[in-house]
Amino acid sequence: MKLSFELNGKAREVECEAADTLAEVLRNQLNLTGTKVSCEVQVCGACTVLVDGLPVSACTFLAYEARGKSVTTIEGLEGSDGKLHPLQQAFIDEFAFQCGYCTPGMILSAKALLAENPAPTREEIIHYMDGNLCRCTGYLPIVKAIERAAVEMRRGSGK
Amino acid sequence: MSAERKTDFHVVNHSVPRRDGRVKVTGRAQYVADLKLLGMAYAKVLRSPYAHARIVSIDKSRAEARPGVYCVVTGNDLEGINPYYGHAVKDHPLLAIDKVRYAGEPVAAVVAVDERTAFEALEFIDVQYEELKAVFTPQEAMAKDAPLLHERQFEAGALRGFEGDVTAGRGTNVCQTHRIQWGDVETAFKNAAAVVEGEYYFPMTYAYAMEPYVAIADVTDQGVTIYSSAQHPFMVRHDLKSVFNLPVAQVRLVVPFVGGGYGSKSYTKIEPLVAACSWKAKRPVKLQLTVEEAMLTTRSDDAYTWMRTAVDRNGKIIARQAKILMNTGAYAENSPLVVEKSTNRCVGPYAIPNVLIENTSYYTNTVPASSYRGFGCAQVTLPGESQIDELAAKIGKDPYQFRLENAAKPGEEFFPGMRPFDGALKQDLETAAEAIGWNEPLPENHGRTVACSGSDAGAYPLTSTAIRIHADGSVTILTGSTELGQGSHTVLPQIAAEELGVPFDKVRVVSSDTAITPYDRSTGASRTTTLMGTAILEASREAIRQMVAMAADIFKVKSEDIQVVRGGVRCGEAQLSWAEVISKYYALPDGEVIGRAYIRKEGRFAKLPVFWETACTGIELEVDRETGKIELKKLATVGDVGLAINPSLAEGQDLGAATMGMGIGLFEELVYEGPQLANGSILDYRVPRFSDLPKQVELRLVQNQDGVGPYGAKGGGEASLNSMAANIANAVDRAVGVRIRRAPLTPERVWRALQNKK
Repeated sequence: MKLSFELNGKAREVECEAADTLAEVLRNQLNLTGTKVSCEVQVCGACTVLVDGLPVSACTFLAYEARGKSVTTIEGLEGSDGKLHPLQQAFIDEFAFQCGYCTPGMILSAKALLAENPAPTREEIIHYMDGNLCRCTGYLPIVKAIERAAVEMRRGSGK
Repeated sequence: MSAERKTDFHVVNHSVPRRDGRVKVTGRAQYVADLKLLGMAYAKVLRSPYAHARIVSIDKSRAEARPGVYCVVTGNDLEGINPYYGHAVKDHPLLAIDKVRYAGEPVAAVVAVDERTAFEALEFIDVQYEELKAVFTPQEAMAKDAPLLHERQFEAGALRGFEGDVTAGRGTNVCQTHRIQWGDVETAFKNAAAVVEGEYYFPMTYAYAMEPYVAIADVTDQGVTIYSSAQHPFMVRHDLKSVFNLPVAQVRLVVPFVGGGYGSKSYTKIEPLVAACSWKAKRPVKLQLTVEEAMLTTRSDDAYTWMRTAVDRNGKIIARQAKILMNTGAYAENSPLVVEKSTNRCVGPYAIPNVLIENTSYYTNTVPASSYRGFGCAQVTLPGESQIDELAAKIGKDPYQFRLENAAKPGEEFFPGMRPFDGALKQDLETAAEAIGWNEPLPENHGRTVACSGSDAGAYPLTSTAIRIHADGSVTILTGSTELGQGSHTVLPQIAAEELGVPFDKVRVVSSDTAITPYDRSTGASRTTTLMGTAILEASREAIRQMVAMAADIFKVKSEDIQVVRGGVRCGEAQLSWAEVISKYYALPDGEVIGRAYIRKEGRFAKLPVFWETACTGIELEVDRETGKIELKKLATVGDVGLAINPSLAEGQDLGAATMGMGIGLFEELVYEGPQLANGSILDYRVPRFSDLPKQVELRLVQNQDGVGPYGAKGGGEASLNSMAANIANAVDRAVGVRIRRAPLTPERVWRALQNKK
């Protein structure tokens, strides 16, 4: 079947099967391999992408469900001028990843958090991010990166 | 060595940002899962439902007849190659041959146009099994009437890193034994002022690297090329070389970024199987396991330990004795080395004059066990560090004080025949105690503890590297060390930049391609900074010597008249950068200089271990008496790393390791119900989450430049895991007065212990 949606700000049309997950379409058909797949049962958060701004697990989200919607993947965060999103920069500055496999999902979940709550407390960050697993860092550097990006983004938006 | 004690570093000992930062935050870092080769097919694996069964017959005709299926490979189709591999013991068939030895063992593989087609064909393979009696624990495996897992005797793998004999297949289920002994244990226990004794259990655990095992093989008449998420590409190359009986030069392992390893991706895993698939299908084949399949591929060895420890009247530890039974699962994998290491690691880091440790691992019909971060150390640090607290309590001493009094001293040969202790344990303990507020008042139901471990780490010193200095002054490092997230792509160029006097940004890394990068034995046992770091340092200096000779040629002077300055040379008033030296030497703005270094077991690396990996962790926890739930309030890590080449990376390793250790202490455990893994998915196997993060975290490094590596560095990154389960058990005892001798300390276990106490 034909599937039309907006991907990282641009209209896309792909041919897919009813059973295809969004992760399969992104990774296998569109070669957007930044979206990682790990647990395949919506537990680890590695495959998190944003659909109409809300985080979903692309490993189990049917591609068809994205029809007519706006999908944001990790590849869509970097500015066209090559400038990193404040979250991406903060993850580098705070050493908030090691192997990097959970990182795209972490950054997109955090983006959704900061869109909803631009000034989260540490407790709010921990609560919101609890569905994203990281096996390397022990989480604290990620929390600090999100706190840092929140400050940076509020400054950027003049608040 | 005074030159190594320099402190005015330009690049080293600075927390420069990770080299792999931008690619990892933009999703452009490539892992094997992201790679596609032209004409690539996909494999899926059929696994045994039985723990132990004879394979009566396999009929693959219906599966092979399906559209889109290229071939089905079974244990009957492996004539022409050597299907048994294993770097320690060659006991592991790449697909089950004649019988299966654990539920989940690969029995057949379908190769098809895509994953879905391969997966759908699996149910059309007809396998007839005849079930055999199975054993699941060492105790069952050693029984007189126990069925044998392995009937035949195996060759030792050519890459044995230890001295033990192969006991596998000699009429028992024993996989490996190891024993250390010094002094006179019997007399010491007879004369002891106090003794503690107990039995402990350390569970099977799963590393859960978030990238499951994945490999692509392309087998042609030119040789074998494999892209794999492997920690040790050169070790895997060796196994593949013997499977296909090829010269080393015709086997190529390429490892891009690895999505987490923690020991679970050390040594050979699915590479022989995917190579056999490619060999049969005559095209490149990709095999990507699911997490559930990864859980059926490797786990840590669980360990049953009986231990006793004694002190004299002055509170000095005088004796320790232990008998350990380890459960290695169906195949040896790296467990023989885990057995040796866990035996050694019962001792440190204390100087104990009378020691007897006996360790035996048994084959059982469970998932094969292998390396796991810390290599057998956590298994025995639970009993070891529990007994330090138990003994302190028995003689009425503060356990922190008791540790300070008994800790191995710098330079002390606390393990006869091994490298003298190169850590500063007293300082580590003091740092940990201060970080968690040892002397602050403790609220009710809170427990506060510090614990430590000292591991004979660094594996084996066999490492080489090449550093190419280009005509524009930029540098390419060729290293066989794999970037698993630990930061080798950042730390190694820091060392080269420091030595060559060039900016960090100008130094780039090519890693882990056995056709290009010089031999490095492994990326594990915390060895990269120490061994590869030393190789990089020496290769940089060797390149400088070559460039000094080139400069002498340019200036028509003797080499002695050339003075090395930062980033180049001076000759009288004239000064040349490395770029100018190379360009002038070749009379073109092109060409290069290749510096190289070979590290072997000699000189300062003659004595093993390469270094003692030493760390302390301190915690404060609260126990909910109603539910038995434990909450970590404070965590402190102290890495005794000699010199942190990149302090933020070193601290990150410690926090990551301590978090894994916390998971084992609180909830991580693979559970068998009969022959089946009962919690073999991430839905059921609980790993630490954001909400488990302790409220207060203190990360400390002790940097005395006392290591054998570059500038006095030594390894880190495993040790903070080792002491965490013991820490939690000790803190629970101090909080609510119950002693639990097995991990994890789940709410139910704590609650039951509290009920039994009433």
